[in-house]
Amino acid sequence: MHEPILQIVGLSAHYGDFQALYDIDMTVAEGEVLAIIGANGAGKTTLMWSIAGLMRNGADQVRYRGEAIGGLRADQVAERGIALVPEGRQLFPSLSVEENLIIGGQVGRDGPWSLRRVFELFPILQERRKQASTSLSGGQQQMVAIGRALMANPDLILFDEISLGLAPVIIRDIYQALPGIVGGGMSAIIVEQDITKALSVSSRIYCLQEGRVSLEGASDTVSREEISRAYFGIE
Amino acid sequence: MEWVNAIVQGTLLGGLYALFAAGLSLIFGVMRLVNIAHGDLIVLAAYLGLTTTIMLGMHPLAALLIVVPLMAAAGYGLQRGVLNQTLGDDILPPLLVTFGLSVIIQNALLEAYSADPQKMDAGVLETASISLGGLTLGVLPLLTFAVAVAIIAGLQWTFYHTALGRAFRAVSDNQDIAQLMGLNRRHVFGLAMALSLAVTAVAGVLLGVRTSFDPSIGGGRLIFGFEAVIIGGLGNIWGTLAGGVILGVAQTVGAKIDPGWQILAGHIAFLVILAVRPNGLFPRMT
Repeated sequence: MHEPILQIVGLSAHYGDFQALYDIDMTVAEGEVLAIIGANGAGKTTLMWSIAGLMRNGADQVRYRGEAIGGLRADQVAERGIALVPEGRQLFPSLSVEENLIIGGQVGRDGPWSLRRVFELFPILQERRKQASTSLSGGQQQMVAIGRALMANPDLILFDEISLGLAPVIIRDIYQALPGIVGGGMSAIIVEQDITKALSVSSRIYCLQEGRVSLEGASDTVSREEISRAYFGIE
Repeated sequence: MEWVNAIVQGTLLGGLYALFAAGLSLIFGVMRLVNIAHGDLIVLAAYLGLTTTIMLGMHPLAALLIVVPLMAAAGYGLQRGVLNQTLGDDILPPLLVTFGLSVIIQNALLEAYSADPQKMDAGVLETASISLGGLTLGVLPLLTFAVAVAIIAGLQWTFYHTALGRAFRAVSDNQDIAQLMGLNRRHVFGLAMALSLAVTAVAGVLLGVRTSFDPSIGGGRLIFGFEAVIIGGLGNIWGTLAGGVILGVAQTVGAKIDPGWQILAGHIAFLVILAVRPNGLFPRMT
């Protein structure tokens, strides 16, 4: 096991009086692909937002390469090499496809990802680069969202609901592209509703249920029964 | 020919109104902030121009070299120090705070300069004119219009062809996601206010050369700026110029019918356009 790139220690998160996460512990090793599954409302997106700095927490609750980053702003987290592909794509409608990608690289980190390489990964985006991002299909928008995150040359990339709302053929294309994305030593956390897909790309899996970790294990050893129990809370 | 003259003079006046409006439109576009103090900031710039010309013996246009950076720096400081704290889901705090700022600026100017009308001396530029096809056009209004076109073109270019403009549009679209791209929205908003007040500085100095001013006239300039923005369509930079021109022409044509109707005619034109096209004449650009 490599050194952890990300450590989450006793993370709790609140929306006003509502507590969304309870005392979460989690580690991601250097180069590891981790999957997070869980029903709607389990706290998956809150966890992603907490890591990315869109929700501020106690500094020590999120540690990245040994540095306490839980209290940093999202732009400061991004500068350190964490990128989020947000749920629902969240492209900038005022920006063209190409501009959406370029702004992803605004962080100014060096690395292998460039506009050219994103276009190699998703050739359709090169054809559509001058179009408004809102004119693309859902799948193409997801490609832009992934490309935009890659342009930051992150060391840790977070995919929130990577296949939600996409056609099966598009999901297949995106999963085919994934090894080319995370194969270069990049660590990744993939939030996914499709358990089979989540298990197929990850080395370890966490299941969240009502804001708590209900299961943690190696993707190739956890059984379907364990996952069902953890996912639905069935005893 | 007199009517043609009224329309041409109104068009040139519209350049000044477009300058009033451009800064207002810019910050509304980037951060949805309605700056009630905008008119008073225009007047503040005029007074800064006046002080610069008197203390340093400079021509008002040369004073821009000092007033523009000064106002831009003040804009950045104002945004980072005060206005950023008012931005959120509720639109009321920025309205109240900028209203308070308006009162503070007016009273500070009264204390510092008194209520007496002032004017900047631009020498021969004030009375110079050229004849064109039977019309006599003042060099100063022509210059003002040309500056307005250049500034609007510059803003348009900045918005759509520079990294800064991309950041403005991204933050305007979605502040949280823009933050994920490494953009600190507080800094981006500071830069937007700096750019807005830089434009406001030009508007203020040109106003102070064209006409006399006192600390109380900010409200009227704010209204003209608002009307130009709304007529042109929110979020459309060239529309702001068109809005300014329509307002200017309405005023000069109104004045041609009856000198007392100048301001009223502008307001009526605004209301008619608001009734017919509530989103303004030109669509928001994406």
